[in-house]
Amino acid sequence: MSDQTSNDETDTPKSAASRLFDIRLLIGGLFTLYGLMLTVAGFFTSASARAKASNININLWLGIGMLVLGLLFLLWHRLNPLKLAPPPDDGAEDERRHEH
Amino acid sequence: MLRLDVNFFDYTFLAIYFALVVGIGFMARRAIATSEDFLLSGRSLPAWVTGLAFISANLGAIEILGMAANGAQYGMSTVHFYWIGAVPAMVFLGIVMMPFYYGSRVRSVPEFLLRRFNPATHLFNALSFALAAVLTAGVNLYALALVINALIGWPIWASIIVSASFVLAYILLGGLSGAIYNEVLQFFVIVAGLVPLVIIGLHEVGGYSGLKEKVTHTALGPNSFSTWTGTNVGHWTNPLGDWIGIVMGLGFVLSFGYWTTNFAEVQRALSAKDLSAAQRTPLIGAFPKIFIPALTIIPGLIALVLVPNLGTDKNATYNDAIPLLMNRFLPNGTLGVALAGLLAAFMAGMAANVSSFNTVFTYDIWQTYVVKGRRDGYYLRVGRVITVVGIVIGIFTAFIASGYSNIMNYIQLLFSYFNAPLFATFIIAMFWKRTSPWSGVAGLAAGTLGAAVMHFAGYHIAYFYKGGVFDPSHATINAQMLNFYGAITAFVADVVVTVAVTLVTKPKPVSELAGLVWGVHDPNAPDPDTVPKPAWWASPKLLGGTALGIVVILSVLFA
Repeated sequence: MSDQTSNDETDTPKSAASRLFDIRLLIGGLFTLYGLMLTVAGFFTSASARAKASNININLWLGIGMLVLGLLFLLWHRLNPLKLAPPPDDGAEDERRHEH
Repeated sequence: MLRLDVNFFDYTFLAIYFALVVGIGFMARRAIATSEDFLLSGRSLPAWVTGLAFISANLGAIEILGMAANGAQYGMSTVHFYWIGAVPAMVFLGIVMMPFYYGSRVRSVPEFLLRRFNPATHLFNALSFALAAVLTAGVNLYALALVINALIGWPIWASIIVSASFVLAYILLGGLSGAIYNEVLQFFVIVAGLVPLVIIGLHEVGGYSGLKEKVTHTALGPNSFSTWTGTNVGHWTNPLGDWIGIVMGLGFVLSFGYWTTNFAEVQRALSAKDLSAAQRTPLIGAFPKIFIPALTIIPGLIALVLVPNLGTDKNATYNDAIPLLMNRFLPNGTLGVALAGLLAAFMAGMAANVSSFNTVFTYDIWQTYVVKGRRDGYYLRVGRVITVVGIVIGIFTAFIASGYSNIMNYIQLLFSYFNAPLFATFIIAMFWKRTSPWSGVAGLAAGTLGAAVMHFAGYHIAYFYKGGVFDPSHATINAQMLNFYGAITAFVADVVVTVAVTLVTKPKPVSELAGLVWGVHDPNAPDPDTVPKPAWWASPKLLGGTALGIVVILSVLFA
């Protein structure tokens, strides 16, 4: 599908879309980092901050939640990595990447 | 004025987030070699990415703050915007319409109209969409600046320039991929920011039953937790009017028009890697959409209970519901995450408009009418230049809006007239092959006119006023209900004129309609037996049916 467009130019360069990075790494990375920061802060929650949040240690709970989600994204990426097709200039016919 | 107690720890969260936003732009840059890479992500993205971007493109902060405000003002009836409005339209787009869009290889929604109708219809839609998108981007930018100004105290002009620069950076560098990846990231951050508000808020008011009991003692009254009460035609008392307006106007005309023909949405599906992924884009998006009311309407109701004088106090308008709860409940840290989510949502609202504007301008206006037949590299450059131009126009719009905020309301009203008839034209075009080229533009013009006429006439009809009593000062008019009826008028006018013009003008030869109309086979389409089928659990019909089933069950539970 990457080799056809609806216009008739013949000199269209090859798509470089296969070089796009994997967003799961960034979601996983950001949530792991945020999760760690919040969890650590959660251990030092002052009594007034806890009282403000209806007596829930929200930094701790949100931190743990974000940490788990972040690690799940990293695990998903690890178990099912993007299989990059060869770069377009190798003459590959189908340069789409395969997700599944 | 409400001012958040933001400290260094919160700013660290914001700084990390904004660094990542620009980083995504830089990292996506290496995947751009053609104009289609830049404007349509090279049609390479997996369905879960485009599906979440589909939701995020609409989940701007205007939507989040606005739906919380509607929740506080109208109660649970606000769920109609999600369950009658968005979800059925998204399922219809995925199952019925996407094969025409993606299968015909058009690069934009206006381009579909060009091939199905004629250049007049194409220009009518391309110009009105491009103008609306770029002005809406400006409105989002201004709203963002207002929030930054109120919450952390930066001056309006600085907020406008700084936030526009961030959006410019990641779209100019990363193109649509940069915008879509940021939308996916934003989706998770905004959910992470809103969930704590709901948890703490519900704990504070005594859980869901406590909330229900307390809300019925507010001005909203005992009907605030029922969604269909008072929708009888003839003597409505529901805040959204009668069921004809809700089901036909909001559900059938407005929502189908927005979700199935607005290019800022459809573009996310066109960037998917194959037809099956494109079909699943709105269907995957439908599942989070079903549950988003829990993150918007519930905080609105919690604020109604906990904030005295919400909606009557100048310093506590309905739109402030979520910021007020953030201020009241969130300790530093969680506050930083919530603020990052809110600012990200505003930027996404702007970025979705800019990244669809540049595509329509490059392909539908520049390449089709102004400079034709150049090499692809030329149009890639045009796309980049027009991205900058679009953002500059957005900045100017935002500055004008900060001086004359009423102008923005009029502009949005004007564009709502253009949006109202779109679904009628598309649905006739896709299912009736006789529909002639000139009926397209005639139907759209008639529908736009119909919406405008109904809007002005409605102010003189007592039925649209609370209790059915005409109020010369227009203070008690139900603007939402009038809007729904205006959409119904637009739809009827469009259908009547489209059919009438078709009957007296020459239809397109069937050979030119291949792949664009139901039942006209496209000889160039790949053989259905050779196209890889998705797994049974990812079949569009199963996903769509499940989403509709959940909505029906929830609608009965919350009736």
